[in-house]
Amino acid sequence: MSKTPEKQPGDPNTTGHSWDGIEEFDNPMPRWWLWTFYATIFWGLIYTIMYPAWPLVQSATAGVLGWSSRELVQQELVSFEEANAPWNAKLVETSLEDISKDPELQQYAVNSGGAVFRTWCAQCHGSGAQGAPGFPNLLDDAWLWGGSLEDIEYTVAYGIRNEESDDARYSEMPAFGEILESEEITQVVQYVMSLTNAQTDDAAAQAGKVVFDDNCAACHGENGQGDVFQGAPNLTDAIWLYGGSEEALTETVTYSRFGVMPPWENRLTDAQIRAVTAYVHQLGGGQ
Amino acid sequence: MAILDKHKILETNATLLLIFSFLVVTIGGIVQITPLFYLENTIEKVEGMRPYTPLEMAGREIYLREGCYVCHSQMIRPMRDEVERYGHYSLAAESMYDHPFQWGSKRTGPDLARVGGRYSDDWHVRHLRDAQSVVPESVMPKYGFLETRKIDGEYIGDIMAANALVGTPYTEDMLENAVADFRAQADPDSDYDGLLERYGDKVNVRNFDGQSDLTEADALIAYLQMLGTLVDFSTFTPDASR
Repeated sequence: MSKTPEKQPGDPNTTGHSWDGIEEFDNPMPRWWLWTFYATIFWGLIYTIMYPAWPLVQSATAGVLGWSSRELVQQELVSFEEANAPWNAKLVETSLEDISKDPELQQYAVNSGGAVFRTWCAQCHGSGAQGAPGFPNLLDDAWLWGGSLEDIEYTVAYGIRNEESDDARYSEMPAFGEILESEEITQVVQYVMSLTNAQTDDAAAQAGKVVFDDNCAACHGENGQGDVFQGAPNLTDAIWLYGGSEEALTETVTYSRFGVMPPWENRLTDAQIRAVTAYVHQLGGGQ
Repeated sequence: MAILDKHKILETNATLLLIFSFLVVTIGGIVQITPLFYLENTIEKVEGMRPYTPLEMAGREIYLREGCYVCHSQMIRPMRDEVERYGHYSLAAESMYDHPFQWGSKRTGPDLARVGGRYSDDWHVRHLRDAQSVVPESVMPKYGFLETRKIDGEYIGDIMAANALVGTPYTEDMLENAVADFRAQADPDSDYDGLLERYGDKVNVRNFDGQSDLTEADALIAYLQMLGTLVDFSTFTPDASR
């Protein structure tokens, strides 16, 4: 046991506790600390008066500043809406063809349409609109459903083969695995590949022409050039949505494909749809 | 003050200290939590919320199992940039049948509170299989194995019953037909009238993953395609007082 040191004159008082002979000085807290502590308590009270805080019987106190996160976001949305309102009104009033004739309006449409595209479209079509397997490239001049401004606007607004919109573009390729013999599928795949000189079996490709004429030409056209009115792809341009290899084409013919695009008429405003239409149209392939 | 001089009693008596500490925490908890149960503006009345269908519930379980919530939030905050990007800010009522809620606390990936209907089923299949194939910038892991794990909904009724126990209003009818509804939702050729009758006409009935077997991918995509689509915002006026 160590010996408790003698209390020296001038030492502060002790708290009076003694734990195993150890005593504790009863120093006062530093003044600056104490007053800061009181100030924070005071500030806390003021804060609960200014801002929503205390729960009452039916609701909580609203605070004298009337602060509301919902109101703030609403004001902010409205302020940006109002700032863009003249442009958006002009965008909706001007016919799609005439938008590009007004350089300032075109610039507004392309910039705001680009923002719409990067928010809502890029996940499927790519942030640079380059597309992905199953999701069309929008930079080239191959259009499944037409690449004019009107066609693009319609596709954006109503989508393709979705269940939400009754006006969605619709067509359905049959799954030819249930219709054709596997030999016929091999032949027709070779024929389709021969349209871009990629066939690996000339004899099968020639035999496939008959199969193609009987089963495919009605939609894809006699020469396989496609038909934008039913979204039938051009098979002669070597641009493949699901791949142009023998394997991919066999899968397409056997099981068919059913690409879906959601409608945007309910999520985007008319001005946003027209802006993104102008944006996509000027990317390179617009017709 | 006399009472302040008595702290030595608490400090020298461990059991008493424990009891009083517990009391302090209890009072703090009551003050903070109790008002949420009775304040009128905590949960707004909104139209369209319904309990999840059995298939969606299974998808939600997979969402939890795979830890999707670690990277994805389901909470659109009332800020302009979030509202512009994701849609209307989230309402408390939209999580009312979530036990536990999936608000999350971190966004490595985007918020999913309104992802329903935003992409096609096919996109979800490809994205789960290999996210980088559709979004090259993505860092999401691959979940293609979900497509090969078949499920039959054998125990989905039990999960729903557990949720009913903590307040989700599943009816007897719903619980009894859980397995049938589970299978019907992923099969558009089945007789799914009962499912629509129990859960509403807006329920998506599709072969979500595009293959004949009913798999975990079906359930997860059914869940994702429902997220944020339930509340009818045409009949909802937000109460600004918060």
